[in-house]
Amino acid sequence: MNFEFPSLPYAYDALEPHIDKLTMEIHHTKHHRAYFDKFVAAVAGTELESKTLEEIFAGISKAPVAVRNNGGGFFNHNLFWEILSPNGGGQPTGKLAEAIAAKFGSFDEFKTRFNDAAANRFGSGWAWLSVKADNSLCVCSSPNQDNPLMDVHDCQGTPILGLDVWEHAYYLKYQNRRPDYIGAFWSLVNWEKVSENYMKALK
Amino acid sequence: MKYRLFLVAALIFAASFPDFSIAQAVKVKPAKSPAAKKADPVKSDTPATESKTTINKAPVLLPAVKTGISFWSSASSALPFPELPYEYGALEPVIDKLTVEIHYDRHHRAYYNNFMKAIADTKMASMPITEIFANIAEFPVAVRNNGGGFYNHVLYWENMSPKGGGEPTGELAEMIKKYFGSFSAFTEKFNEAAKSRFGSGWAWLSYDPLNGELFVSSTANQDNPLMQVAERKGIPLLALDVWEHAYYLKYQNKRADYVTEFWKMVNWPEVDKRLKAAVGR
Ligand SMILES: [Fe+2]
Ligand SMILES: [Fe+2]
Repeated sequence: MNFEFPSLPYAYDALEPHIDKLTMEIHHTKHHRAYFDKFVAAVAGTELESKTLEEIFAGISKAPVAVRNNGGGFFNHNLFWEILSPNGGGQPTGKLAEAIAAKFGSFDEFKTRFNDAAANRFGSGWAWLSVKADNSLCVCSSPNQDNPLMDVHDCQGTPILGLDVWEHAYYLKYQNRRPDYIGAFWSLVNWEKVSENYMKALK
Repeated sequence: MKYRLFLVAALIFAASFPDFSIAQAVKVKPAKSPAAKKADPVKSDTPATESKTTINKAPVLLPAVKTGISFWSSASSALPFPELPYEYGALEPVIDKLTVEIHYDRHHRAYYNNFMKAIADTKMASMPITEIFANIAEFPVAVRNNGGGFYNHVLYWENMSPKGGGEPTGELAEMIKKYFGSFSAFTEKFNEAAKSRFGSGWAWLSYDPLNGELFVSSTANQDNPLMQVAERKGIPLLALDVWEHAYYLKYQNKRADYVTEFWKMVNWPEVDKRLKAAVGR
């Protein structure tokens, strides 16, 4: 089988105090796991089974909704865990920093755009920084478990940074205060990993 | 379009009870007057329902319906933020005190405040909220999200009670049996709607004024069956919030448990009143 459920690249309590241990544990072992299991069940015995997630997403509008929801949930959380780190925070350097400055004017301006995308996504969803087909950067958000790789998305591209704004991502610690969670997120971003994602996404 | 006309008719009907003020609707709970009970049935403008149900067509806009039709028929800008009909801890252990407090005082209040901001100084300010919903596609998304959030939570709080649970009786029970087969078949269908709503949203039992049927549905985010954008439109009778904020502190990822427990809190007399009001108009 193509697909594997990843273990977390750090301990459940490693992101404290920004994201609490219980949230991480439930998020990874229950939510993420359930998306993975349901995705595998949804593609089992179909032609999708032998495709990559990227290939599946490129034709998601023709796939069953269980594949969209659970495949998205599987992929999005994979990316999310990877771009977080107990040693995260600060600012990107190198080519990514240049691209952010070129596109948004400054790192702070980019952050503001990303914060707005995350705060204004009504209901459940994700905020993204992605690389479009012309190699330019783009900030956007998506509902539920959709992502920029999906052909249904209105700003398609390769996501290199994602923020989960489902309430389950922050409710135990932040409750209704989503903006506080978004603020804390910046202390955890693993810019090395995001830079690596950026270089890989360039065409 | 037929539906929109119906709503307008219903609102005119509701407005014909001038002695029923908002203040009464929100704060006072007068005893049922015998006169109201004995009132002659009025002609319904939805004849389709007459042959299908045995429900009394008397105007049952009774003051006991705390935020019933009369409440919602006023200009949206005049709507108050209704008090919670019980203490924060009253739904324990099904819904914990902290969840109710944050849900009512933060989430619900924010929807109300943002709705009021969004309609201020627009033509919506003088429209009843049901009329805004019936034309929601014309209005800004902030009105849809926050107006829905305001309205839906009022229904949710009032269709629960610390003395809730059990099964409905009378006409509501009969109609549930008629349209779902049995009470347990109905709860199963409702549970399925609540559990399978992906992301944030609501599960509903509603009355379809076009054919007099009851139906179960779910809506995304803060949409509801009164909205023009709803897949199937109707008058909501029972509302269940399945946003994660409604259950996460106690149930976390186990939405199914929250949905199952919900039935212990359902205020069936309130649901019955909504049905009577919906059919009666
Ligand atoms: Fe998540
Ligand atoms: Fe809610």
